[in-house]
Amino acid sequence: MACSATAKIIHNPLLLSSSRSAEKSDSCCKMLGPSSFLGSTSMSKKLVSVNKGASRVSRRSANVVAVSSDVVKEKKLKSSSAASSLLITKEEGLVLYEDMVLGRAFEDMCAQMYYRGKMFGFVHLYNGQEAVSTGFIKLLKKEDCVVSTYRDHVHALSKGVPAREVMSELFGKTTGCCRGQGGSMHMFSKEHNLLGGFAFIGEGIPVATGAAFTSKYKREVLKEDCDEVTLAFFGDGTCNNGQFFECLNMAALWKLPIVFVVENNLWAIGMSHLRATSDPQIWKKGPAFGMPGVHVDGMDVLKVREVANEAIARARRGEGPTLVECETYRFRGHSLADPDELRDPAEKAHYATRDPITALKKYILENNLASEAELKAIEKKIDEVVEDAVEFADESPVPARSQLLENVFADPRGFGIGPDGKYRCEDPKFTEGTAQV
Amino acid sequence: MASAFMQGVGATTALSSANYKNSCFASPRSLPERKGSFFVIRSDGSLSSGLNPRNSRRGTLSTNAVATKQDNVTASTASKPGHELLLFEALREGLEEEMDRDPRVCVMGEDVGHYGGSYKVTKGLATKFGDLRVLDTPIAENSFTGMAIGAAMTGLRPIVEGMNMGFLLLAFNQISNNCGMLHYTSGGQFKIPVVIRGPGGVGRQLGAEHSQRLESYFQSIPGIQMVACSTPYNAKGLMKAAIRSENPVILFEHVLLYNLKERIPDEEYVLNLEEAEMVRPGEHVTILTYSRMRYHVMQAAKTLVNKGYDPEVIDIRSLKPFDLYTIGNSVKKTHRVLIVEECMRTGGIGASLTASINENFHDYLDAPIVCLSSQDVPTPYAGVLEEWTVVQPAQIVAAVEQLCQ
Repeated sequence: MACSATAKIIHNPLLLSSSRSAEKSDSCCKMLGPSSFLGSTSMSKKLVSVNKGASRVSRRSANVVAVSSDVVKEKKLKSSSAASSLLITKEEGLVLYEDMVLGRAFEDMCAQMYYRGKMFGFVHLYNGQEAVSTGFIKLLKKEDCVVSTYRDHVHALSKGVPAREVMSELFGKTTGCCRGQGGSMHMFSKEHNLLGGFAFIGEGIPVATGAAFTSKYKREVLKEDCDEVTLAFFGDGTCNNGQFFECLNMAALWKLPIVFVVENNLWAIGMSHLRATSDPQIWKKGPAFGMPGVHVDGMDVLKVREVANEAIARARRGEGPTLVECETYRFRGHSLADPDELRDPAEKAHYATRDPITALKKYILENNLASEAELKAIEKKIDEVVEDAVEFADESPVPARSQLLENVFADPRGFGIGPDGKYRCEDPKFTEGTAQV
Repeated sequence: MASAFMQGVGATTALSSANYKNSCFASPRSLPERKGSFFVIRSDGSLSSGLNPRNSRRGTLSTNAVATKQDNVTASTASKPGHELLLFEALREGLEEEMDRDPRVCVMGEDVGHYGGSYKVTKGLATKFGDLRVLDTPIAENSFTGMAIGAAMTGLRPIVEGMNMGFLLLAFNQISNNCGMLHYTSGGQFKIPVVIRGPGGVGRQLGAEHSQRLESYFQSIPGIQMVACSTPYNAKGLMKAAIRSENPVILFEHVLLYNLKERIPDEEYVLNLEEAEMVRPGEHVTILTYSRMRYHVMQAAKTLVNKGYDPEVIDIRSLKPFDLYTIGNSVKKTHRVLIVEECMRTGGIGASLTASINENFHDYLDAPIVCLSSQDVPTPYAGVLEEWTVVQPAQIVAAVEQLCQ
């Protein structure tokens, strides 16, 4: 296993000689057009976080170290210069903080509500991964599209879907963003260009590719002024799925304005990423298809934001897709039904110390961007927003029977012509939801 | 050329909004208005294909009260002669007209662009419309079908070509989950106006995997419509209707029917996706069929007529949903039903149709419904074996004779 890993790295000496390992993907993309990626971390951080299979991993690391040591040096230089120039303004900092706190508070409330029997089925919570959602989505315009997976509550919130609508949807009420018809795993919003919410992993990636295709089509065929970008979020498990690779190919081939964001939280339910993947370094799969692949510390919202900025700008300029692997972690189980007994408590503890909200708070306070009181005020505000969302959802009505058949077809003539010669949808019972169709 | 135009008054916008109201449900008489900007021309086709002598205007009994306003100036012969073409050219014509009409209509598929389509349905279109509007995709059905769905959600109107319908088995995930269900799970927010089309059916010794009939596999997917074309006239009309429909539509073509020749009208016409086609009115027995089997049925009909029978032949065209009005009226008249299809016996379109007719018209039947389907056998390569898996005219004749005893 290690030998093959060796072969993979040494096989292209060009990559080794490039000065920054995380930018070694650049040497590939230099052929396409140079762009530098700031904020990427070295491989070594990734290795610390994994306790299991240490020997195998460290053998692999032995091959990477030669390359990554340069990066460590680079990082030290950068961090000293970073102190003098802040990465965000106060306003930006507060926006980011508020968004992450909203995500966390909302998900915690979901857990409470689930155990109180207000929502059912499969509910997948995002605790711990907030930096990825906030880091990326807060850079988007309203017209940009986001495609997610079943772990989509926080993507919806970051994109601007009101907490009330998300909570109502979870409660299965008619005021939910999908009228109660989608549920936890199918958050959609036409207004905010959230294209789902998909239950099967990987099936959202082609949809995102299609949204990016529309953007290119608008520009090149319809001659509209369109620089809309699409973000596709998915996990480490999805990166072994065919649709992932097929879409990397098509997106790079047609230079679609899309960013593929891998939320690598190392676990696909109970399957460790290392046990499922021959080469666990997902960012490397980007250059294989002709796009830059970047690895970033997904627990640090500022680093994610830097990388996201560059990737989104690249897409807007028409230079094509980017694959961004965010190393992140989910503090809770896969879903609320998952007992989460398989993961090493030491691993969980390690990542708990890297809580992205705590990290941002520290950064804000250390750099005097805001006071403790201001941050507390935000937390209080969010608590009220979440409480209000629950209240709203509680008081909202359940869907009426009439809603049953309404949205099956955009054109309800699709239900066909009944024996009496009339379209089925004309049957008065159709609006009651009791017609035979 | 007789023609009828109906223009709605924006009724269709009311249909598709998430805040779906009852406002569009008026009395049946106002139904034509509901068609919105979807105008249907029932032309008096001078169809001299020789394949079926009648394109019956007497079929008004089936469609008159329903979705199309039948105009009464049909007795006259065509004022214009129309033009003759082959079925694949009719499909192309329909496609090209729609692409001219609406710049958001685009095509995606393998070899649809530079190659012109493996059955030449898209020949010349890439040169005219460009490589982005007629997109040659890599061989990744699941992903490019999903891509078409994403494009449809964000405003385009893509047509996905499966080089062979069988290849769309690889796209089942996207067709079932996203194509069929996204409109519903999004609470009506996103519509998916895609057309998925391609050749299927048993060809000439193409082997098991290239001879599949996917209509039976797809029929349970909620939220999609399925139509099957069988003549150049209905191929063009259904293609245009499918493209204009706001629903996802799967258009089934047949490998052996692409070279059928027919004279079709010069004027623009769009057919109705939910209607069946009366091929030959009759009195003794209702024969329901679609796609290629229509021709086996008509061949058998010749023999039957010589033997003194008068079969009524209906090409159901709409595989999902069934046009129970046309079918029902026929059953009420003849009281005997024979279904002839190319689907497999088990779980096929015929099985569903049998159930549907039994449920709705049981009292009108004088005999149990007979359904002739293909054998539940992977289509063999050897010619003789292949012949035996598919329903042949002789079997149809025998079945009618049996039924009419």
